[in-house]
Amino acid sequence: MAEETVFDFIHMEAVSYVFQGEKVSEDEAVSKLEHMGFATGYRLVERLTRESGRYKDELDIMKYICKDLWVTVYKKQIDNLRTNHQGVYVLHDNRFRLLTHMANGKQYLQYAPRYLAFTCGLVRGCLANLGVTCVVTAEVTHLPACKFQIQVQRG
Amino acid sequence: MSRQSMRANDPKKVSGELFTLTYGSLVAQLLKDYENVDDVNRQLERMGYNIGMRLIEDFLARANPGRCYDLRDTADKIQQAFKLYLGVSPSIGSWSPGGDEFSVVMETNPMAEFVELPEHCLGLRYSNILSGVIRGACEMVQLEVMAWFIADQLKGDNMTEIRVKFVKRLEDAIPAGED
Repeated sequence: MAEETVFDFIHMEAVSYVFQGEKVSEDEAVSKLEHMGFATGYRLVERLTRESGRYKDELDIMKYICKDLWVTVYKKQIDNLRTNHQGVYVLHDNRFRLLTHMANGKQYLQYAPRYLAFTCGLVRGCLANLGVTCVVTAEVTHLPACKFQIQVQRG
Repeated sequence: MSRQSMRANDPKKVSGELFTLTYGSLVAQLLKDYENVDDVNRQLERMGYNIGMRLIEDFLARANPGRCYDLRDTADKIQQAFKLYLGVSPSIGSWSPGGDEFSVVMETNPMAEFVELPEHCLGLRYSNILSGVIRGACEMVQLEVMAWFIADQLKGDNMTEIRVKFVKRLEDAIPAGED
């Protein structure tokens, strides 16, 4: 089955949908994508983790995101996970799947954030359902590599 | 105790759920954005059309299906594509006497796996993206078709049925512009 192709195309259409029309505010469009990602991630993780045991701490949950979740959704693992042990996690992906359809390098750098918003929401949704409240942001400096920063909200 | 060994889920199955859920949140967003379900149906069809135009290339590369000599060949290829991309084997049937119209019938619709239509959305053709995909994909191989839903399990029918009608062969087609 080739369902990853279908996911890629639906994602592309979602991006082009929120940016269609003449006067679209970038913020509003991105927040719609983020919301779609959140709804998807929240539901998805519930099904993915149905059979797994309890994760022992926050770091364990992050490892789950980097390995299992990333493989399921993006067909590869996160290349590097860093943390300051105070609630900030940075996930490096050297070849992020949703950016691989774009030319490498800097030419289309300004459009890259559009293709990351859904995933930011997806990660936030997954973590929310696993009991971690956080803010997720993404950054690209050179396509197709990117990094996601997860800032856990405590209290 | 390794967590891996406890994961009995079939990963294939799960990644199919990914696009089902993604599609679900997309439809939910459209319903939020448009007042009218007819506009949602139209937008879904348009998205499907855009997807179909690109998907046909992936299909030709992956399945190497060869040339179609009549509409029955085309129907077989559509069946094959459903198998490849959605993991279901629809049946093809209800041919019109002229042989220019047929139905694609699915016993289960993976797009709508977790869906129930609330009362105020009864006019929604939830999986309308599929009819757009068929139209877009056929157009890229010089076949103009119409595709529309005539039965939907979400509305209480026994099966989900898409009707496809041949319109004409496109000669020397100019590349279709994005809408």
